[in-house]
Amino acid sequence: MRSQIEGSRAVAETVARCRPEVVCAYPISPQTHIVEALSVLVASGELAPCEFVNVESEFGAMSVAIGASAAGARAYTATASQGLLYMAEALYNASGLGLPIVMTVANRAIGAPINIWNDHSDSMSQRDSGWIQLYAETNQEAADLHVQAFRIAEELSLPVMVCMDGFVLTHAVEGIDVPSQEQVDAFLPPFGPQQVLDPDDPMTIGAMVGPDAFTEVRYLAHAKHLRALEVIPRVADEFATTFWRSSGGLVRPYGCLGADTVVVALGSVLGTVKDTVDELRAEGVSIGVLGLTTFRPFPYDAVRAALRGARRVVVLERALAAGMGGIVTADVCGSVPDKPITTVIAGLGGRPVTKKSLRGLLTDAVADRLEPLTFLDLKHDVVERELS
Amino acid sequence: MPEANSHHPYAITLDVGSSLANKTGSWRTERPVYLDRLPPCNDACPAGENVQEWVARAEEGDYEAAWRQIMVDNPFPAIMGRVCYRPCETACNRATLDEPVGINSIERFLGDEAISRGWSVVVEAPPTGKNVLVVGAGPSGLSAAYHLALRGHQVTVRDDSPEAGGMMRYGIPSYRLTRDVVDAEIQRIVEMGVRLELGTSVTDLGDALVDFDAVFLAVGAHVGRRADIPAGDSARIVDAVSMLAGLAKGEQPLLGRRVAVYGGGNTAMDVARTARRLGASDAIVVYRRTRERMPAHDIEVREALDEGVRMRWLSTIVYAGADRVRIEKMRLDESGFPQPTGEFEELDADSVVLALGQQADLALVRDLPGVEIADGVVQVDGRMMTGHAGLFAGGDMVPGERTVTVAVGHGKQAARNIDAWLRSATYEHPERPELATYDRLNTWYYADAPATLRPQLDVARRITSFDEVTQGLTAENALFEARRCMSCGNCLECDNCFGVCPDNAIIKLGPGQGYEIDLDFCKGCGLCAAECPSGAITMIRERS
Amino acid sequence: MPVQRIKFYQTGSFAVGNRLLDPDQRSVQADTERTNSLTMGHRACQGCGEALGARYVLDAVMRATGNHAVTVNATGCLEVFSTPFPESSWRVPWLHSLFGNAPAVATGVAAALKAKGRTDVRVVGQGGDGGTVDIGLGCLSGMFERNDDVLYVCYDNGGYMNTGVQRSGATPHGAVTTTTPAGNSFRQGKSLPLIAMAHRIPYVATATVADLRDLEYKATRAMEFHGARYLHVLVPCPLGWRTASSETIQIARLATETGSFPVFEAVDGEVTDVTRIRRLRPVEDYLRPQGRFAHLFGDTPRGDVISSIQAEADRNIRTFGLVETTEVS
Ligand SMILES: Cc1cc2nc3c(=O)[nH]c(=O)nc-3n(C[C@H](O)[C@H](O)[C@H](O)COP(=O)(O)OP(=O)(O)OC[C@H]3O[C@@H](n4cnc5c(N)ncnc54)[C@H](O)[C@@H]3O)c2cc1C
Ligand SMILES: Cc1ncc(C[n+]2csc(CCOP(=O)(O)OP(=O)(O)O)c2C)c(N)n1
Ligand code: SF4
Ligand code: SF4
Ligand SMILES: [Mg+2]
Repeated sequence: MRSQIEGSRAVAETVARCRPEVVCAYPISPQTHIVEALSVLVASGELAPCEFVNVESEFGAMSVAIGASAAGARAYTATASQGLLYMAEALYNASGLGLPIVMTVANRAIGAPINIWNDHSDSMSQRDSGWIQLYAETNQEAADLHVQAFRIAEELSLPVMVCMDGFVLTHAVEGIDVPSQEQVDAFLPPFGPQQVLDPDDPMTIGAMVGPDAFTEVRYLAHAKHLRALEVIPRVADEFATTFWRSSGGLVRPYGCLGADTVVVALGSVLGTVKDTVDELRAEGVSIGVLGLTTFRPFPYDAVRAALRGARRVVVLERALAAGMGGIVTADVCGSVPDKPITTVIAGLGGRPVTKKSLRGLLTDAVADRLEPLTFLDLKHDVVERELS
Repeated sequence: MPEANSHHPYAITLDVGSSLANKTGSWRTERPVYLDRLPPCNDACPAGENVQEWVARAEEGDYEAAWRQIMVDNPFPAIMGRVCYRPCETACNRATLDEPVGINSIERFLGDEAISRGWSVVVEAPPTGKNVLVVGAGPSGLSAAYHLALRGHQVTVRDDSPEAGGMMRYGIPSYRLTRDVVDAEIQRIVEMGVRLELGTSVTDLGDALVDFDAVFLAVGAHVGRRADIPAGDSARIVDAVSMLAGLAKGEQPLLGRRVAVYGGGNTAMDVARTARRLGASDAIVVYRRTRERMPAHDIEVREALDEGVRMRWLSTIVYAGADRVRIEKMRLDESGFPQPTGEFEELDADSVVLALGQQADLALVRDLPGVEIADGVVQVDGRMMTGHAGLFAGGDMVPGERTVTVAVGHGKQAARNIDAWLRSATYEHPERPELATYDRLNTWYYADAPATLRPQLDVARRITSFDEVTQGLTAENALFEARRCMSCGNCLECDNCFGVCPDNAIIKLGPGQGYEIDLDFCKGCGLCAAECPSGAITMIRERS
Repeated sequence: MPVQRIKFYQTGSFAVGNRLLDPDQRSVQADTERTNSLTMGHRACQGCGEALGARYVLDAVMRATGNHAVTVNATGCLEVFSTPFPESSWRVPWLHSLFGNAPAVATGVAAALKAKGRTDVRVVGQGGDGGTVDIGLGCLSGMFERNDDVLYVCYDNGGYMNTGVQRSGATPHGAVTTTTPAGNSFRQGKSLPLIAMAHRIPYVATATVADLRDLEYKATRAMEFHGARYLHVLVPCPLGWRTASSETIQIARLATETGSFPVFEAVDGEVTDVTRIRRLRPVEDYLRPQGRFAHLFGDTPRGDVISSIQAEADRNIRTFGLVETTEVS
């Protein structure tokens, strides 16, 4: 049933309907509303059985989730920004141990300078942590992706990060169809862990592995991610048939077919991009959009197929790899190495990506007037003064 | 791509206990080995008792097994528990920790338990057809008879006294050794088929050496040593051993109310204490040296003092009159020898008892070819055999300490050698293991536990009767006391090695079976050896 | 299950086993059916106190829980020597995640078990002193403060041994480590048992590998409580302490007999029992056999350091009443 509801609240209610057995919480904006809402649901008994653990740090949060998951419980937590980095060591551990934890990342910049606003620096920094990363375009998708995330995670024994833009999505109140309990139950079977800490069937989990086997372990982890490339679209399809709604999957082409220029982006900025592209197309510009829902594993084939007809590619990035440039660009380049790609760094630390600026930018792009690495709305006077 | 194992992720998840494939024994340079070291108590026991072993049985509450273990070496546990001077306790390692184990009191408990329960010894060896004569039914002779009978020999014991026991009956006063105990323990030997011929003085060995396959002599030392004390005609001077023997035979010695006892040994104490019991108001021991130099055991001196016996140290009797003696004060020179001072004193004394030691009457052997006599005693070799083939001797009549326990030990040793000699063999004593000295032990593991004291009669009762002064332990106390033993040098199955091995490399074989080292996994750290409470493990080098 | 402390006069009553005791009074380690939670084939150094301590503790826990316990282990020697692929020495369910998060992982396991209604299964977290008093302290303190149903065991060998004997917050004053080559100049800064007690958790206890009976008693007693419990076990490390492999237990014993390591237990943050020193000794007896203190007795003896270590021990003796006569009322 569709209702006017805050994004965080919608996610919290959806997560609750996925029946997590352990939820750990540590406050950080802009994620906090999600766990607050979950704590209310647990306290009221609406979500039960579930242990809500107020941890002492994000490192603790992920560690509690690791323990819970290893003991066979469906485990969930949420974080953002500094918090995600604070749990970095445990992120790698969770994926290495093959624990199907689901975590929401309410994307936010990372400091210094400290900045609480939205961009993708946090989740991008953990792109190689072995987690599956799904990026929500809308709050509806954010909610839906959580249901799918548990399915994917548990089918693959891999943790999944659902990334949703901080404030832009988390704090936006809009009409959202929160999946009902019946629907979720029909879609998401109870967690059947592949290995569990159990006195009835003791095993050693988390051995030390040396040079003789480490490569194979890593190879197998990669193979699991490759399998995810099949699992994710299948789960999205199943979701669509259960919920009569399309969300998730690997990529989301929008008018790519026959477009000379394709803009590649992730997250909520896709809405503005699509609006701008709509206008340009109405004016006869041959331009399309490719939304990346799945960033890890990187869907090389799907991206290559979507970009097959494009003559030029613009990658709109919400994070910057200093000294290198666009993080997503590098991966897209891996799909289409022969195509000219322009990187646009936009919306860092919460700077709005406006339709007006985008329109100017894309107009330039189509005219091949863009620098290979362009910063949207960069205050040139400031940087030039500082650099001089 | 399918996973290697969908339930056990490759390499990260492992099967429990799979490290058994890793044989860490290859790390080892030293290996633990179980061994039995010689406990100091065993080492000190003149009768060669396996003290540690029988105490261990007693600890378990199996008193009969404990008693039978004593009986392997010594047929007189109840007597030992009363009169033995307890060299075992002097040697006991526990003395270094707190107080020695009350070995002797446990032994007495076991001996008494055996008497009251009627435990007996059955001769299992088939008769050998050999006849052995034992001359003297004192502890040494009876011990030899017992051990020979156990080995299937026919033994005849001849003694000139009306009853058997030697000094155990005619010397040691009954308030220390009750005669029913002596009777019971001798009776047990008789029941094994030993023939006792009492009231039979053996004056000539010529026939015996022909009639018997072997002879063991144990006639003791009964002749009181005299001192030339100028004395008045009416002075009453008696000899200690004769006096005690007479008393044992039912005579009432006439000592008077004031008795001077001359000498500083145990016999002197016994005489003085006996005099008190016979009604002497004043019993004074006169001894030429100091208390520290008295040969009497400290406990005997203490008990005598408790009973009102007075001591005159550094004094000699120079004249004995009808009702008084004259004594000269002495002083010790640098070498500790008493020297006269020329100072005199008089003491009231109705009689003087001489307790200056005993000599052996060796008339019996004086003319036998080969027999060597030196320092008033018969010389024997390591087999307890005299220079005359087939003639063995032991106890007070041969060199050595003159105690019941030594006499018993001699009897056992002689029996073993006679047995071998009768078979034309030689007895090989098992190799003596390394001594379990205190530093071999890890005493931390033993709980702090003070020794249990034996109850004693109150003094008033003591000086008015010949009732036994020292009482026995209760079963509970005996058990407690036994459990104080540290099992020096011998595995006590405490499981410490089994527990302290960080590599689980010790296999526990079950009660009475001990342990085994699993050399596949033993890394040779040495913790088991270091932490063995009793020092029953050693490390031996395997490679450098 | 009530636990009776064995305190009677008897041969070997402090020894591991005792053939004279009723079977139910015998130690877990005396039992041939003990779990052997950490079994043979592990790669701990010869005479490793940590290997010994871990088996002691977990076997007792297994007995106390009817074999219904799971373990979470921090990174460190114990983890490395027990689980190098392809062999594990554990016979209990065991999970290793990271160096600094074992208490939190244990919390997660406990939370999962609670949510699943498996209250029959109990959780033990364990790690070295580095993993506990230093890097894991945040997670541990959180676990304590929430009173999660976890027994956390610290195996204190006074340093980061697995990485080659570096100083940790539990390295004693004066000890040489590879990062304190001239001897640790700090006092023993963190007494984690006291820190644990300050959290007012239901049960805190210290023990050593030198007194198995006491250690088993405490591990067993800990399982009678629910909520956060902390057991701090002194486990000498022959490599790091530079002692002979056969001395491990002896050294632990000296640590207690000199007052250097107080052995006590506390319920709800208050000391309820201390193990009295049986044969009081000067700290020098404890320090001298250890190579890590050799410089204190070298060509230029460091009497100042020794007396300051002695003063620390005296303080322990006073504050905990470790000697009968100094008992505080
Ligand atoms: C008063 C006193 C108290 C003592 N107290 C203790 C004590 O508390 N503890 C201790 O350990 N020791 C004690 N002793 C010493 C101990 O009694 C002797 O060392 C021990 O009895 C010696 O034993 P034995 O068999 O050699 O000789 P004895 O016990 O003297 O036995 C020799 C036997 O041979 C008999 N005999 C002698 N000649 C002949 C012969 N020709 N024909 C036949 N039979 C003969 C004797 O009648 C006697 O029965 C004490 C001695 C005395 C005198
Ligand atoms: C986050 C992190 N920092 C450092 C290390 C390296 N490290 C592994 S084990 C260890 C020492 C462990 O010391 P302790 O916890 O005392 O256990 P011990 O090895 O002494 O038993 C260190 C520093 C690590 N694994 N992880
Ligand atoms: S402690 Fe026991 S074994 Fe050791 S000397 Fe004493 S009695 Fe003998
Ligand atoms: S370094 Fe120390 S703690 Fe580590 S295995 Fe060796 S002895 Fe044990
Ligand atoms: Mg350590």
